[in-house]
Amino acid sequence: MSSAAWTAWEGADPVRPPAGPLLSVRDLQVRFVTRDRTVHAVNGVSFDLDAGQTLGLVGESGSGKSVTSLALLGLLPRRTAQIPAGEVRFADEDLLHAPESRLRQVRGNDVAMVFQDPMTSLNPVLTVGRQLTETLRTHLAMDKQQARDAAADLLDRVGIPDPRRRLREYPHQFSGGMRQRVMIAMAIACRPRVLIADEPTTALDVTIQAQILELLRGLVETERMGLLLITHDLGVVAGVCERTAVMYAGRIVETGPTADLFARPRHPYTLGLLRSVPRLDAGSDLPLAPIPGSPRDLTDAPSACAFAPRCAYATDESRERLPVLTPVDGDRDHLVACWNPVSDAQRVSSA
Amino acid sequence: MTADLVVVEDLQVHFPIRTGALLGRTTGAVRAVDGVSLSIRKGETLGLVGESGSGKTTTGRALLRLVEPTGGRVTFDGVDVLALRGEELRKLRRRMQMVFQDPYSSLNPRRNVANLVGEPLRVHGIASGRALDTRVTELLDLVGLPRNAGARYPHEFSGGQRQRIGLARAVALDPDLVVADEPVSALDVSIQAQILNLLGDLQQRLDLTYLFIAHDLAVVRHVADRIAVMYLGTIVELATAPALVGRPLHPYSRALLSAVPIPDPRVEAVRERIILRGDIPSPAAPPPGCRFHTRCPFRQATRCDTEIPALREVRPGHTVACHWAEEIEAGRIRPAQPAAALAADG
Ligand SMILES: Nc1ncnc2c1ncn2[C@@H]1O[C@H](COP(=O)(O)OP(=O)(O)OP(=O)(O)O)[C@@H](O)[C@H]1O
Ligand SMILES: Nc1ncnc2c1ncn2[C@@H]1O[C@H](COP(=O)(O)OP(=O)(O)O)[C@@H](O)[C@H]1O
Ligand code: SF4
Ligand SMILES: [Mg+2]
Ligand SMILES: [Mg+2]
Repeated sequence: MSSAAWTAWEGADPVRPPAGPLLSVRDLQVRFVTRDRTVHAVNGVSFDLDAGQTLGLVGESGSGKSVTSLALLGLLPRRTAQIPAGEVRFADEDLLHAPESRLRQVRGNDVAMVFQDPMTSLNPVLTVGRQLTETLRTHLAMDKQQARDAAADLLDRVGIPDPRRRLREYPHQFSGGMRQRVMIAMAIACRPRVLIADEPTTALDVTIQAQILELLRGLVETERMGLLLITHDLGVVAGVCERTAVMYAGRIVETGPTADLFARPRHPYTLGLLRSVPRLDAGSDLPLAPIPGSPRDLTDAPSACAFAPRCAYATDESRERLPVLTPVDGDRDHLVACWNPVSDAQRVSSA
Repeated sequence: MTADLVVVEDLQVHFPIRTGALLGRTTGAVRAVDGVSLSIRKGETLGLVGESGSGKTTTGRALLRLVEPTGGRVTFDGVDVLALRGEELRKLRRRMQMVFQDPYSSLNPRRNVANLVGEPLRVHGIASGRALDTRVTELLDLVGLPRNAGARYPHEFSGGQRQRIGLARAVALDPDLVVADEPVSALDVSIQAQILNLLGDLQQRLDLTYLFIAHDLAVVRHVADRIAVMYLGTIVELATAPALVGRPLHPYSRALLSAVPIPDPRVEAVRERIILRGDIPSPAAPPPGCRFHTRCPFRQATRCDTEIPALREVRPGHTVACHWAEEIEAGRIRPAQPAAALAADG
C-alpha cells in the first residue's frame, strides 16, 4: 500500500495534539418541541474522548444515544430541536455555536460519522468511486488521478477486494456489509481525528459484524483516531471499547473503564442489563433476570431518578431527587448516578 | 428417548425468479430451502440459527404450509402434512401456530386486543359469547397482560406487550407446536428477557414444543435443547445445545460462535476470533460442492468444491455436513489463514 497517491495523502496536514481532551461534551441537553408535545431526549450528558481512545455509549432504544451524537455535529433538525444548555468542544473549539459553514468543515475533516443504515448516507445514483473521489477532492484538494488512486487505496484498506473495479459500481451492487465498509472508507478518507459510529453493525449478520468490528479496532490503532461507538449490544462494547458510558432516559447513569464497569457494575440499571442478556458462554440453567416494566417516556424533564419505577434499590430519595454522576468509592474514573449504588456484597447476594 | 412430533426430510422451497416485461418467464430459482432434514421431539425446543437469508423463516413457514414446499416430506404427529387438503389441513393447523418477529406489523391495528386474542377461537368455532370472554381473560392472564388490556388497541402497547398479545393468540387454540420466528429480535434488551422467560413458562404449563428461530446464538443457546445451524438453505450441523456451543464440528458453526459478542471484556480480550472473508453467496446461485467452501478457512483442495457433504452422525446425536469434520477436530487440518488481515497492515 505505498502508491504515490497514498504518500500524498499521508502528507496531508500533521496531527497536533490539543491541550485538553480532543472532544469534550459538558451537560448537553436536547429537546424536541412540536405543537402537541415536548420530548426531553438528552438531559445533561458529559464525556471526554481522546485520540486513540474508544468510548462505548450503550443504552436501549430511545435512551438518547443518536440524538447526542447528532447534536455534537450540528445535525439535529433545526425546526424542532433545541439545545437549551451544554457545551461541545472539539480541540478546544466551541462547536455548539459554530456557524454551519465551519461545522461542515469539521464534519468533512475532523469528526466523521458512520450510521446504522449506509443506504441513507450513500447516493444511489452515483458510483461509489465518484462519491469517494469527490470527498477527497473537496477536502484534500487532490487532482482527479490522485483522488482515484487514493479512493482505491481506501477501499483496499477497509477490506474490499478488487477495489478498482468496485469503484465503478453503484451502492446497490454492494452487500450490506460492503456498503458499511464503503461508509467507513468515506468517513476515514480525510483522516478524521474522531469517528462517531452509530450502531454501525446492528443491521449486519454476526460474521459480517465481526469483520467490521475488526476493521474499526485496526483503524483506531493505526490511525490513532478517537472512536465513539454507539450500540445497544453490551457484547460489542466489551470487545471494542476501553471505556463505557451507559445511558438511560437521556442521561449517562454510569461510566468507567469497561473492564471495571462490567466486573463491578454499580448502577442498578447496568447490573440489570448485564443480568438480562443471555451469554453464549454461560449455561442455560442460569435464569435470566429481566428488568421489570418498560422505559420511561420523555415528556417531562427529569426531576428524579428516571430508573426508579423499575428499580429494586429505589428509595424515597430516588423518587424525589435527581442523582448526578459521582465517583465510586473515591475512584474518579468510575462514576455512577444513583442514590443507592449497588455494593459488592449486594451484587453477590442478589445473583 | 422421546418421540418425534415433527419429522422433516429433504425439504425444499424454491421460489421462481421471473423476469421479462410481464414477469412471465422463469429464469431461475431462489433455493431458499434446499434439502433440509431435521426432527423436533415432543416437548423440546429446537433452535434454528443462521444468518439472514439462510432460509430459517421459509423453513418454519413451510412446516406450517404457510408457503408451499417444492419438495420433500413433513410429518406431524405421524400425519403427512404435505398431502393434506381443505378441512383436514385446517384442523391440523390448529395444532401448529406461529409467532412473528415484528410485533408491530403482525397485529391488525384496527382491532382491539380482546378481538385479536379471541379471533382464532371464533374462526375455528371453538368459543363465542360469554365463554369466549372468559377464555380471552384467561389468555391475557396467562401471558401477563392486565385484564383491562382487552379493550385497548395494539398501538397503545410497547413492543414487549405486543409480543405478549402475539403469544396469547398463538396459544389460544392450545397448539402442540409453536414456531417462534425471531420472537425477541425486535425488542429492547431489558424486555427480551421478560419474553424469553414467558416462553419458558408457557412451554411448561401448556406442554408446548417449540421451533425457535433466531439469528442470535446466545439467545438460542439459552432456550434450546438442541440447535440446528443453517447456511444457504441447508442444515450444516445439529446437536444438543451444550455440544454445539462447546464442541462445534462444522467450520461455519465455529466461525459463527466465535463471532457472537460476549458481554464480558475479560472473555472478549482473550477469545479466539475466526473472521470469515467475504459475504454469504446468493441462494439463487449457491456454490457447488460444500456451500460454505467459498468462505471456509479449512477448505481442502479435494472434495470441498466438488462434492456435496452429507449430513452425517459423527457422534451420537451430533450430526454435521463437512467432509473433514473429524480431521479438523483432531487438529490434523488447520485453518488456512486464521484472521483476515484487514486494516491492521495499512
Ligand atoms: N427528530 C425528532 N423529533 C422528535 N423526537 C425525536 C427526534 N429524534 C429523536 N427523538 C426522540 O428522542 C429520544 C432519543 O432518541 P434517540 O434516537 O437518540 O435514541 P437512541 O438511543 O439512539 O435509540 P435507538 O437505539 O433506537 O437508536 C426518543 O424519545 C426519540 O423518540
Ligand atoms: N416469497 C419469496 N419469494 C422469493 N424469494 C423469497 C421469498 N421468501 C424468501 N425468499 C428468499 O429466500 C431466502 C431465504 O429467506 P428466509 O427464509 O426469509 O431467510 P431467513 O429467515 O433465514 O433470514 C432469501 O434469499 C429470501 O430473499
Ligand atoms: S466440507 Fe470443506 S469447505 Fe465445507 S466446511 Fe468442510 S472443510 Fe470447509
Ligand atoms: Mg439511535
Ligand atoms: Mg427470517
